[in-house]
Amino acid sequence: MRRKSKRFLTPPFSLLPADSLLLTPYSLTMRSIDGAVLDLKRLDLLATGDSLIHRLDARAKVLTTLVFIISVVSFDRYEFTALFPFFLYPVIVTSLGNLPGGYIVRKISLVIPFAFVVGMLNPLFDREVLVRLGPLAVSGGWISCASIIIRAVLTVGAAVILVGVTGFLAVCQALERLGTPRTFTVQLLFLYRYIFVLTEEGARAARARELRACGRKGLGLASFGPLIGHLLIRTWLRAERIHMAMLARGFTGEFHSRQISAFGWRELFYVAGWSALFVALRLENGAQWLGGLFAGFLS
Amino acid sequence: MSHHIVAVKHLQHVYADGTVALQDVSFTIHHGESVAIIGANGAGKSTLLLHLNGYLTPTTGEIRIGDFPLTKKTLPEIRRTVGMIFQDADDQLFMPTVFDDVAFGPFNLGLPVDEVRQRVKDVLEQVGAAHLQEKPPYHLSGGEKKRVAIATVLSMSPDILVMDEPTSGLDPFARRQLIGLLKDFAHTRIFTSHDLDMVVELCQRTIVLHQGVVKADGPTLEIFGNEALLAECRLEKPLSMQGCPVCGKGR
Repeated sequence: MRRKSKRFLTPPFSLLPADSLLLTPYSLTMRSIDGAVLDLKRLDLLATGDSLIHRLDARAKVLTTLVFIISVVSFDRYEFTALFPFFLYPVIVTSLGNLPGGYIVRKISLVIPFAFVVGMLNPLFDREVLVRLGPLAVSGGWISCASIIIRAVLTVGAAVILVGVTGFLAVCQALERLGTPRTFTVQLLFLYRYIFVLTEEGARAARARELRACGRKGLGLASFGPLIGHLLIRTWLRAERIHMAMLARGFTGEFHSRQISAFGWRELFYVAGWSALFVALRLENGAQWLGGLFAGFLS
Repeated sequence: MSHHIVAVKHLQHVYADGTVALQDVSFTIHHGESVAIIGANGAGKSTLLLHLNGYLTPTTGEIRIGDFPLTKKTLPEIRRTVGMIFQDADDQLFMPTVFDDVAFGPFNLGLPVDEVRQRVKDVLEQVGAAHLQEKPPYHLSGGEKKRVAIATVLSMSPDILVMDEPTSGLDPFARRQLIGLLKDFAHTRIFTSHDLDMVVELCQRTIVLHQGVVKADGPTLEIFGNEALLAECRLEKPLSMQGCPVCGKGR
């Protein structure tokens, strides 16, 4: 009985002005889901831009990204300083491709917690001191943990930028033209499309639940089981309707793009130039070299 | 011009769970006709539409689109001939930009890029959505989405347009615009709708479905004049034929 009377303290929605409805805490989650989807779609939209980098054949950008990622991940686990010169690539491509830097940084920062989880046990198990910075002794575990995070930022950054200047569709097409089996690339595309279908349906379900939970936890965890089951079925049906719409417009398992591009001299220079730099930075510690140069200049 | 004909003969469809959605449906729609298929919820309208471009296969019966029976082999040609516009435009628009969405069909037909660009431009102009070309579909209003969804189908130069509830969810102005647009088409047009006033404006002929069978098939005005039939099929006269609700005349 007491619970019931307490519930009436929450004013019904119709009594609240429209603005306060938007600011109530229970609408925050659904807005964040909606926002996340829109944010992801924005990445796809960036690819419709027109810049020097956008105009390059997608294969050149995919290949360059691959060389970049391989160079970065092939370093020794304790390598730390040699990774920093690699930031040159994302910074240059972001600025030449007119991508919004803040947005890209936000996207990349999402993976830092995951990378930290991967590396967080290293400092506990690997306590051998590798570096001494004055009184501060840094163990191998901390260095390898930081190295994991830097590598995650670099590789995920390169992937986000690749999609931003190329578009997911074109990346898949490039992979196909580079010899990846079509079944694989089409699966990848559908997977990507499915993220949107799933999150949109998820946002709707979350909205329906939260609006009726009246700021409380609703039925708590118990209500999530059927919710997720429903979500799966609804997404499934929606995906089927979208597939139907694709079939109705003659879809035969191939995606086409309006960009006509060929792998010409520009592309060759792009891939060769970056690859040469990446290999050089992989073999020589660029940061140390630059530091030595700077120290030499000072002395 | 026999390729604009839609002939359905003794169509029956039973869903996997045993629900009989269509019992025995037969009709022939001729070139250039504009036909409404009306009926209560669950009468079988959507099931019928999904047969017309081969998404569902008849349990028994036959469908002919133009000169071809609907079979697996003729499916690609039939899907180009029959342009299907879904009730929920969000299901129809799945590419990152309006351009990509409208170009999806022509690219699948194997047209060269320049031809595709021209087609996209033409159809978007035709539906009054040329300015939306580079926008993402999810940023459009309901009316704009509907017009773009129609453009995605028009870009494949279909001979027959099939539309499921074209005016649902539109505001009065967008609805009026859409009706004006659909009036101008010379295609064979098949609509399902609960917007009976739109049916009166756009369709000379109406087919009434009730519990999976064709209850009536004839001139629209004649069908809406038959109140006993409408009541039996859980329908009512369009508002425009009911007289003024304020002064009560015509009731």
